[in-house]
Amino acid sequence: MSTTLRHPGGEGDREGAVRVAVVSAGLRQPSSTQLLADRLAEGTRDALGDRDLQVHVTQVGLRTHAQDLTNMLLTGFAPPDLQTAIDHVVDADALIAVSPIFSGSYNGLFKSFFDVLDEDVLAGVPVLLAATAGTARHSLAIDHAMRPLFAYLNALALPTGVFAATDDFGSSSGVREDDVVAPLADRVRRATQELAEVVASRPRRAAHDPMALTASFEEMLRGRS
Amino acid sequence: MMQFGVFSVGDVTRDPTTGTMPTEHERIEAMVAIARKAEEVGLDVFASGEHHNPPFVPSSPTTLLGYVAARTERIVLSTATTLITTNDPVKIAEDYAMLQHLAQGRVDLIMGRGNTGPVYPWFGQDIRNGMQLAVENYALLHRLWREDVVDWEGRFRTPLQSFTSTPRPLDGVPPFVWHGSIRSPQIAEQAAYYGDGYFHNNIFWPVHHTKQMVELYRNRFEHHGHGRADQAIVGLGGQVFMRPRSQDAVREFRPYFDNAPVYGHGPSLEDFTAQTPLTVGSPQQVIDRYAEMRDHVGDYQRQLFLIDHAGLPLSTVLEQIEILGGEVVPVLRKELADGRPAHVPDAPTHAARVEAAGGPQDVTVYADVDGSLLGRADGTLHRQVEQPVGAR
Repeated sequence: MSTTLRHPGGEGDREGAVRVAVVSAGLRQPSSTQLLADRLAEGTRDALGDRDLQVHVTQVGLRTHAQDLTNMLLTGFAPPDLQTAIDHVVDADALIAVSPIFSGSYNGLFKSFFDVLDEDVLAGVPVLLAATAGTARHSLAIDHAMRPLFAYLNALALPTGVFAATDDFGSSSGVREDDVVAPLADRVRRATQELAEVVASRPRRAAHDPMALTASFEEMLRGRS
Repeated sequence: MMQFGVFSVGDVTRDPTTGTMPTEHERIEAMVAIARKAEEVGLDVFASGEHHNPPFVPSSPTTLLGYVAARTERIVLSTATTLITTNDPVKIAEDYAMLQHLAQGRVDLIMGRGNTGPVYPWFGQDIRNGMQLAVENYALLHRLWREDVVDWEGRFRTPLQSFTSTPRPLDGVPPFVWHGSIRSPQIAEQAAYYGDGYFHNNIFWPVHHTKQMVELYRNRFEHHGHGRADQAIVGLGGQVFMRPRSQDAVREFRPYFDNAPVYGHGPSLEDFTAQTPLTVGSPQQVIDRYAEMRDHVGDYQRQLFLIDHAGLPLSTVLEQIEILGGEVVPVLRKELADGRPAHVPDAPTHAARVEAAGGPQDVTVYADVDGSLLGRADGTLHRQVEQPVGAR
């Protein structure tokens, strides 16, 4: 094995494809949360493509990991399929995080996934926040609930969140005639452009290595770890 | 040669099949009975956990192990784990040196950081300093067992001037130390830096994770100049339940598994046995599973089994130890000795370590009549020994 000392903040690979992970916490199949996640993934692919960047998108539908997440909360380790999903997310250059809004916030499944990640694995990662709900009354949950979670994780949550109410899927403009809200497609375009711009300006991230030592033992003896 | 043994968390847990709950007194007596049975059937190691909250009884491991030492003759007494974070390293040095004398050297320790957050504040520490406490406290402990007089200053305890930890280690050789960590690479690095042992308690973890941690330790052991990577000293945990017919083992163990304090009401027994070293079945299935561990971590030195938890009655636990000693361990000893390269060290024992140090040495530090002069019988005094590279 080569040296295990890693220098934090080292430059990643600028050449390889941009890895985008899409986490969605929809519970039904089909799910409007997944529909929104797909649109955002597609928009991100296009926006990065416009900047001559190759994109590799991985969809992480949390519903299929629901049992494993509960088990991991109890045992502390990820069963194999969940571990694969976690690896995709923590190694991604950008994250699209989409949850249905339940009781004023992201759902429990969404939170469980971010609860089992190691500390700091999403630090500095650009995240596009998005949510769905039955009506537009829940739209501020992105800013009231999701944004603080990603602030805690030290992720770089982008300013534009995308909220889709059920009505948005049947409307080409705002929900009502006099609505000033831009159509869903426009909001998706704006948010994914924003994400692409940030991602394009940054180096690719180095893969997360849980075995990495960030200080020599002499440094640890002096109080660093 | 490898060592095989049992390690106990010391939990007081209701037997889910009968509703019976042992008293603390019964549980403490059971731990002694388990240790004695382990010696009787030819196992090499008994290790006790250290906990400071219900439902656990072993808050005072050296009291327990001192008593066990008096009731046994051969078995090595160890800890799983000693809280290097919240115990005063001076008291660890004193307590375990005392135990080492009383047990005629049959003592070693596994250091750990514990799994109960409030233990930090209960003992006046801050959990956010957990890693730094483990590093600093052990650095002091390491010196206290090797230097006759220590001057010391650190972040976490009162400074020491002219301090001599007594009794001095038996025969001039400190107890062997393993560093236990499930997922902190810094602790594997610590073990490697000192040339100490590394214990991976993998009972809740997939073997590919254990393999990564052990590999890191082995490579760093070599990096720090203690020998080749495959000469590093590795111990693993394990968890088994056996009956002659595997379907009987599964039927009997399932209610204990399903209601166990840690994994109960979570993964199925089938998933958990597939994903972790838990093996529920015939003795031969246990042999097959554990004979394979070295394919993942290399030839190793110590294998401990957890067998007395989740409310299993003492009579069942003693039967399990008999199966281990009678049918499983003799075969594993043979299979794991087969093909083991000659340069891979045996499990550390006091006798072997004394021999490697050039024979027993009395290192008693005497104070003269007016208390102003200290020294060994030969008039020397050991201060500030070289720092650890090669100082195993």
